Amino acid sequence: MPRIFVYIAHRNGVADDSAAELLAAAKKIDAAASPTAIITGSGADLDGVCSTLRASYREVWKVANEALAYPNAELIRKALVNIVPAGSIVLVAHEHFGIDLAPGLSIKTNSAFVSDVLDIAGIEGTDLKVVRQEFGGQVSAHVRCDISSGAVITIRPGAFKPLQSTPFSGTVVDKSADIGVLTAGRRYLETVVAEAGDVDISKHNILVSIGRGIQEKENVAIAQELADALGAAVSCSRPVVDAKWMEKSRQVGSSGKTVKPKVYLACGISGACQHLAGIKGNPFLIAINKNPKAPIFQVAHVGIVDDLLEFLPELTNRVHEMRAVAAK
Amino acid sequence: MEILVCVRRVPDTSENEITLNSAGNDIERDELVYSINEADNYAVEEALQIVARVGGNVTVATVGGEDDEEILRREMAMGANHGVLITDDAFNGSDGKGIATILKAFVQKGNYDLILTGVQAEDGGAQVGGMLAALLDYPFASLVNSIEAVDGKKLKVSREIEGGNKEISEIDLPCVLSIQTGINEPRYVGMKGIRQVASIPVPTFGVPELAIDASTVGAAAAKVTRVDYFVPALGKGAEMLEGTRDENIEKLLELVAAKGGLK
Repeated sequence: MPRIFVYIAHRNGVADDSAAELLAAAKKIDAAASPTAIITGSGADLDGVCSTLRASYREVWKVANEALAYPNAELIRKALVNIVPAGSIVLVAHEHFGIDLAPGLSIKTNSAFVSDVLDIAGIEGTDLKVVRQEFGGQVSAHVRCDISSGAVITIRPGAFKPLQSTPFSGTVVDKSADIGVLTAGRRYLETVVAEAGDVDISKHNILVSIGRGIQEKENVAIAQELADALGAAVSCSRPVVDAKWMEKSRQVGSSGKTVKPKVYLACGISGACQHLAGIKGNPFLIAINKNPKAPIFQVAHVGIVDDLLEFLPELTNRVHEMRAVAAK
Repeated sequence: MEILVCVRRVPDTSENEITLNSAGNDIERDELVYSINEADNYAVEEALQIVARVGGNVTVATVGGEDDEEILRREMAMGANHGVLITDDAFNGSDGKGIATILKAFVQKGNYDLILTGVQAEDGGAQVGGMLAALLDYPFASLVNSIEAVDGKKLKVSREIEGGNKEISEIDLPCVLSIQTGINEPRYVGMKGIRQVASIPVPTFGVPELAIDASTVGAAAAKVTRVDYFVPALGKGAEMLEGTRDENIEKLLELVAAKGGLK
């Protein structure tokens, strides 16, 4: 079996949640593997992360360089090409950094590339079989990947459950001297923090969340009326923001906000993983969708197959009636 | 600025329910509605807007077959100056690296300052843009949600990172950017617009025109192959309410109240 490396991102001295998930993925590829973690950065933050990860990785490769204080994928790719032995498997989380780094890394290491992997189905000789999702999660696919000259694999966040294991005391190996000269055609300037918006959806107990199924901007009012009746806020999935029907601050998902309501009413939302990633705290999830095959029904607690544009106004009317009765 | 936008024709997930075929080894492709991959359409719109500001030309290209010409014409109707169909039997079965290798050969036939792709295809892996950049040794940025031309040598780009935050960078030209959906509002294309470009020739490029080593592309060179499709059994799924609409509404409100949502 090829040696397995895991690239772990970190922020403010804390390793990304993917650290444990990538370890679980590596173990599923090869139960006998002792994967090596690679951490890049600079200063005390980097040392802190390395020392934490020693508890779960037998070997932690530390790459310290001022130029890597901010994770620039092009610089990190060049560093990895210089230190990772040919033929290795490299795992990285499938989020904005992994998407930036991994495809180019596979080219420069002449290895196979598979992205956004949800599961490992098995290995036969040099053929690794993995599971991916396509078409917004409507179907899954088995994909065969020839790892004879190594592989770069991005792993979907949340897909692999961290393993329970007793902490041990791994070794930190300083690889900083081996990374070569780092220059990049892309230079980080600054991070612009998202605008807060008029409504903070992360603070509501009930969310009436709308997706592509709302069909047009004028129909957002239908969801707003229901939200007003329920004392809820309206949130949405990515296509609604892309179409400029709602502000970005209302978007739930990995590229939007993380929410923790008690009740989440998913209206016309198909249930893409990037959307679900923004829903935390296991809320009671009710899905209304006219497509009975929508992936959202696989994760919802309760599902209703109906036309939103008719169902929601009737639901709103019923809430008003109940309120009127209660007020008497 | 000379801009190349690499596009793909894919089954439209907003128009189709994707199901498995009877053999279970592929999706059911009969009667599927195809369209341009959504993110690719945003990429073309972005290219058109850049050219409107700083001048230049937009070329749209796709690696595929005859059926794919329709999306090139659609994007030409939007305003792209040229459409190119990159097609050859030898390209069939290419994996992401194979497609990137073909596109590299095409890029080297031209003189592009900027190459755009959509961030991801419906059935793809957010891979070709980053691979193409690495093959060309061009800088790359993924998930781009704004582009500003600084001068003829570099751009200022924003990437979508976690929590809706934006990472701003400067990037040297020529470069490859993968474009995130929502970066702009793609213009509408009517039938009339498509008719107007119907007679413009769409040149095709194959192995001879690209002078490509056929052993580096196609099924034989692919290290990554889809084996089959399947529908996973994920947990137990939702309890489906199957009463009348009124009954479903009553039940739903009962449940919401029980979960502490109604006060």
